[in-house]
Amino acid sequence: MSSPDPVRDSFDPRPKTRGNVARVSAALFLGATALGVLALVVLLADIWRDGAGSLSVDFLTSFPSRFARRAGIKPGLAGSLWILALTALFSFPLGVATAIWLEEYAPRNGWSRLIQTNIANLAAVPSVVYGILGLAVFVRGLELGRSVLAGALTLTLLILPVLIISAQEAIRAVPNSIRLAAYALGATRWQTIRQQVLPMAMPGILTGTILSLSRAVGETAPLILVGALAFVPFVPNGPLDGFTVLPMQIFDWISRPQASFHQIAAAAILVLLAVLLAFNLVAVLLRNKYTKTL
Amino acid sequence: MARRDEELRRADRLVAPEEQDVAGPASEQPSGAGPAYSEEQPAEKALDVLPQAYGTAALAKGLPEAPGRETVRLPVLQGPPRRRRQEALISGILFVASAVSVLTTVGIVAVLLFEAASFFADVSPWEFLTGTTWAPLFQPQHFGVVPLLAGSLLVSLGAALIALPVGLASAIYLSEYASRRVNRIVKPALEVLAGIPTVVYGYFALTFVTPLLRQVWPATEIFNAASASIVMGVMIIPLVASLSEDAMSAVPRALREGAYALGATKLEVSTRTVVPAALSGIVASFILAISRAIGETMIVTIAAGATPNLTLNPFESVQTMTAYIVQVSMGEVAFGSVEYRTIFAVGLTLFALTLIMNGISIYVLRRFREVYE
Repeated sequence: MSSPDPVRDSFDPRPKTRGNVARVSAALFLGATALGVLALVVLLADIWRDGAGSLSVDFLTSFPSRFARRAGIKPGLAGSLWILALTALFSFPLGVATAIWLEEYAPRNGWSRLIQTNIANLAAVPSVVYGILGLAVFVRGLELGRSVLAGALTLTLLILPVLIISAQEAIRAVPNSIRLAAYALGATRWQTIRQQVLPMAMPGILTGTILSLSRAVGETAPLILVGALAFVPFVPNGPLDGFTVLPMQIFDWISRPQASFHQIAAAAILVLLAVLLAFNLVAVLLRNKYTKTL
Repeated sequence: MARRDEELRRADRLVAPEEQDVAGPASEQPSGAGPAYSEEQPAEKALDVLPQAYGTAALAKGLPEAPGRETVRLPVLQGPPRRRRQEALISGILFVASAVSVLTTVGIVAVLLFEAASFFADVSPWEFLTGTTWAPLFQPQHFGVVPLLAGSLLVSLGAALIALPVGLASAIYLSEYASRRVNRIVKPALEVLAGIPTVVYGYFALTFVTPLLRQVWPATEIFNAASASIVMGVMIIPLVASLSEDAMSAVPRALREGAYALGATKLEVSTRTVVPAALSGIVASFILAISRAIGETMIVTIAAGATPNLTLNPFESVQTMTAYIVQVSMGEVAFGSVEYRTIFAVGLTLFALTLIMNGISIYVLRRFREVYE
């Protein structure tokens, strides 16, 4: 047999060299992993260095100003809270209902596959495209104007796919034996879902919801399209008022050339990160609770 | 049909992970086999934070063919008529809720096509797609989208240059090398990195990376593509790492043990056995990461500038499609004017581009997925 044997030809028996190569590459892989963690540390340290000095109670309770030293983030915080509350109000029932329908009701045919593929695709649509949709449908079409409501509806559509997918996973993780037991006792499908499946899936659903909402809180681009304002000297009093949000305020300050505004932008970023950290802590706690009890 | 059966078999495995865990010679894997083989894996997987923090990553998870257990259902509606009516009503309400997601897609496509159509009534699509000057806000107006497209691609490819190798190396490390303790520290750190709002990355690019670049390369402009690329690369590292690691963790242990039995080193096992076996997932994660980079908005708006500039020089200011959309919607552009409609034409281009890339990654996942017994 003189034909080339690819396996034998590529066999390289030098164990010492190969061992060294393996060790060096192990270090490289570790280095690459460390790079990501290092980037995170540098980023946080840089922002802390720039912004920590500007943090104060006044900063949280003041309105924006032309003077960086007097400016605060009150309207941004209030706007973010409004957006958060309304988005949660719209997206949670919609997302959970869709997930229940897909997991427990949808006939397993082309239509439900289509919906599922569609949701997966929507999850990957750039957020700025949702902004365009919000601008055309909510701001112009439904004539909601540049309002908190239009912003919240836009963000609802944005986070819905991710919320649905995580709720589906939580519902799917409930053992079938629970359903069978409920059916055996004469429960209808809805009674089974309402009284058995949902309570068991709820921690998972809530974790997914909180993480989706934290994404909504950090979003800037779609709200620029929908018309969040850069300079807002008031707090929104109703869902049809104009508004700004924390990331929008940060963006406005970053866009100014003066270094003093960059400093308060960094301080506002610290506040935003603290809010998101609190969200994630709750999510992790829920997740831990969930993995223990099931 | 065979595929369906395979799914069900996989589903069974998810229910009883201990059966899947063939006890191998533990000494072969001194650092512990990593989290991929731990018994609590299904529960952990079901609530992985990272893919949820990332909209894009949900793409892979939301696929209809994603392995998972199906729920049992009561086949017929039973009980007295009142209950049956209630069941039908609830089923109807839930169906309506699920229609919202379809309506969203229809809405996006309809809005983009409708407004873009009226834009293309004024500007020929040929001029739009081949013109190399983009100046819709100045007289004389030019509507050539090529500079914006080139800007998006330049920044995204720069980001890919950083994120793909680093992300893949991290994934190999996390899946094949890292002890469980290291994993416990690194994975949450990557999750945090993934959850940071993009406007924060923009700040970091403008106030930290750009000054650094200007020290190394003084000709760098204040707004430049390189700084946005670097930071965007850092941003998508977790996406590549997480999705690639998922794919590698799914490679059965038996393949690794076979390679070790033939005398392969850990590197050879990783790069010649595990990576090829997980290639479809890895490639899909690459495409998704680039697609996300193209759709990313705030980093480029803040750090890359607002000059539609057909260049390959990463130290110059460029404008991306997303940054243009933001620029126009911040300014005072009259509703219904041609300038206003450019948002929709550019948005349509962006949407089509990311949709195609996501489609390719779904195709790769489905077509080239290696399925093991």
